[in-house]
Amino acid sequence: MSAIVIFMALIAAIAFWWLSRQRLTAKPWLEVGVIGDDIGGGRPPTWPKAKIGLSVFLAVAGSLFALLVSAYSMRMAMADWRTLPVPAVLWLNTILLILASIALQTAVVAGRREDFGGVRSTLLVAYVSSLAFLAGQLLAWRQLVASGYFAAENPANAFFYLITAIHGLHVLGGLVALSRTTARVFDEPRTPLPQTIGELRLSVQLCAIYWHFLLLVWLILFSFLMHWANDFVSFCRAALS
Amino acid sequence: MVDVTHGVAAPVPAAEVGDVELYHPRSWVTKYVFSQDAKVIAIQYSLTALSIGLVALVLSWLMRMQLGFPGLLSFIDADRYYQFITMHGMIMVIYLLTALFLGGFGNYLIPLMLGARDMVFPYVNMLSYWVYLLAVLVLVAGFFVPGGPTGAGWTLYPPQAILDHTPGHQWGIIVMLVSLMLFIIGFTMGGLNYVVTVLQGRTRGMTLMRMPLTVWGIFTATVMALLAFPALFAGSIMMLLDRLLGTSFFMPSIVSMGEQLKYGGGSPILFQHLFWFFGHPEVYIVALPAFGIVSDLISTHARKNIFGYRMMVWAIVAIGALSFVVWAHHMYVSGMNPAFGFFFATTTLIIAIPTAIKVYNWVLTLWRGDIHFTVPMLFALGFIVTFVNGGLTGLFLGNVVVDVPLSDTMFVVAHFHMVMGIAPIMVIFGAIYHWYPKLTGRMLDDALGKLHFWVTFVGAYAIFFPMHYVGLLGVPRRYYEMGQTAFVPSSEHTLNEFITVAALIVGAAQLVFLFNLFWSLRHGRPSGGNPWRATTLEWQTPTTPPPHGNWGKELPVVYRWAYDYSVPGAAEDFLPQNQPPTPQTP
Repeated sequence: MSAIVIFMALIAAIAFWWLSRQRLTAKPWLEVGVIGDDIGGGRPPTWPKAKIGLSVFLAVAGSLFALLVSAYSMRMAMADWRTLPVPAVLWLNTILLILASIALQTAVVAGRREDFGGVRSTLLVAYVSSLAFLAGQLLAWRQLVASGYFAAENPANAFFYLITAIHGLHVLGGLVALSRTTARVFDEPRTPLPQTIGELRLSVQLCAIYWHFLLLVWLILFSFLMHWANDFVSFCRAALS
Repeated sequence: MVDVTHGVAAPVPAAEVGDVELYHPRSWVTKYVFSQDAKVIAIQYSLTALSIGLVALVLSWLMRMQLGFPGLLSFIDADRYYQFITMHGMIMVIYLLTALFLGGFGNYLIPLMLGARDMVFPYVNMLSYWVYLLAVLVLVAGFFVPGGPTGAGWTLYPPQAILDHTPGHQWGIIVMLVSLMLFIIGFTMGGLNYVVTVLQGRTRGMTLMRMPLTVWGIFTATVMALLAFPALFAGSIMMLLDRLLGTSFFMPSIVSMGEQLKYGGGSPILFQHLFWFFGHPEVYIVALPAFGIVSDLISTHARKNIFGYRMMVWAIVAIGALSFVVWAHHMYVSGMNPAFGFFFATTTLIIAIPTAIKVYNWVLTLWRGDIHFTVPMLFALGFIVTFVNGGLTGLFLGNVVVDVPLSDTMFVVAHFHMVMGIAPIMVIFGAIYHWYPKLTGRMLDDALGKLHFWVTFVGAYAIFFPMHYVGLLGVPRRYYEMGQTAFVPSSEHTLNEFITVAALIVGAAQLVFLFNLFWSLRHGRPSGGNPWRATTLEWQTPTTPPPHGNWGKELPVVYRWAYDYSVPGAAEDFLPQNQPPTPQTP
């Protein structure tokens, strides 16, 4: 359960950092009058609410993946663990997901420059490479099934299918949001009205954040599937003891 | 604290939020059924939770009948008994308590108490309720599928949860797991709303340290639930795959009835870790909103500011953080490394410190207060007593050496019913009596309320106090019938009959409460906008019950904390949070 404990420690650190800036040592019973602070003070909040909502959701999804990694590494530590060969196509998939992430980041930058032609093309690149990523994952599954590695065979196979499936579902959910964003960008004229520019930028930015998260999660999961991570963990253990 | 302005007489103009921001219902269906108004969603959540809770109440009667008068109800066989236990536990903990505190009270109170017009994502909030309702319906469907609901115990431990010969292994366990996953998805949608509304939806002047403790409790519990429920989600998916696809996440190699099963290589302990990583925070997910609400009830009905507000806030946050590092104290007897047991016993006992701080602060708030023995106050006092009681037996069970002999006895049943059954339910009742006037504009009947309180309170002790003793005798929990045992005296059976009779009476008292809820809707005394003369914002709405949008044209501005009761020199014994300061009351 070390992965989830580390994840929770990270969340706790963020929470305490945030709380420490909230004047928690104030003595509210002595303070009468309007106090100026970020939200309660009436100033427009620095973060849009959709962005905060997404961050909270990422914490939830992060918790789910941290738990899966915890369970996976806990099971791996048992004596009878038998690994399965990781299909080479996963390397290609990893590159595709990195490409999608870069494309979305480029879209954010283009949006900042108000270059909505650039936003359109980069969104399409991200969309296509994410779809290709999912297709590649399915291909990896088919290769494994073809060589007789069924989910019910042993826990290593089951974990492989479970982890890739849950990650894939998260990509699929992200694609729904990305399709809506892409459709909106294509609906608008090449130089959108000033009031919609802000909304478009925000949607693109939210997609980019989500994709960076998915990429980060995938890299961690991939390192576990490739057994680098447990080499690393055992190295740490050896170094500590 | 340089930015504090003392004694500023001029009121600050309110932040006006245009009406257009809100989605306005256009028909009966969008107003009462598919409503995006947090208050309607709150009522939908509450009524659904109370309805399914009634099912769990009836199940507890049936269980008690079997324990007190074995064989009297012939339709209760061993399988049914286990199904009743499982469904009773699961419904009460998740579908009643969690849903009612967060979905019900959270939805109603967060926007009103913070001076917001609604939750920040009203559409997602509406979806949250409908997914929750679906989860409840799928759960209820378990009673009608072939083989009935699962009888694996509310902890659903593998391997027995999905093996043949466990009641409900055909469909019941599948339905249960699907329902749990739906519940978690629905809750996540709602939880995002509660958190972001607290972060972003507060009105002008409502700093975090001016929030009522109710909001602090619900907020912290929601954050915990968002982080803890994924553990149950992961566990549920993996068990579902074990059951449906024959994978072996949790299923070891098993020989059953002389036959080698297809499973092999899974780890049952892994499920226990996942389950309790959710399960222990769950206790505090239920307890923290109760802590918050009870603080407000005590302060309001004792006409005194809450003692140690800052400590109360810090204690809530500390309990929330600590509750994530104690999960394995549910697993002392699972054969884990004794060093782990020592670690988890230590963290468990450390939680007693912030919890004790809270109890002292409640008692010190009452000290020399102007205590009004209203029904909400009675329930709040009942909470303190039952919670302290259950908390103390928690100290017993938190120690490995004491837990090992008591584990899986009725002592554990008595402990957790006292601490996370009776105590939060006391708060729920108190809160309903307290906020019902805001929901309906009418008071609940006082005499019926007092009857309800005394029967429930005394009855709860009559049920669970003897149960501790039964547990110390060594009577195991989860047994359909005891049979002949040398270590249990026959007088224990008399005690069991007594407990059963008490349970039936307490159950009947809840019908009085239900009657009161519906009767007062029409015949209750009109309450006015602020019958308890309370300071928090939800009592200062222009109309009662508040309409969609809550506040009319202008949002309230907050000038003070939530506990200005009996301020020396003030004209009234309470100063609402949105009352501007005058030069006389700096």
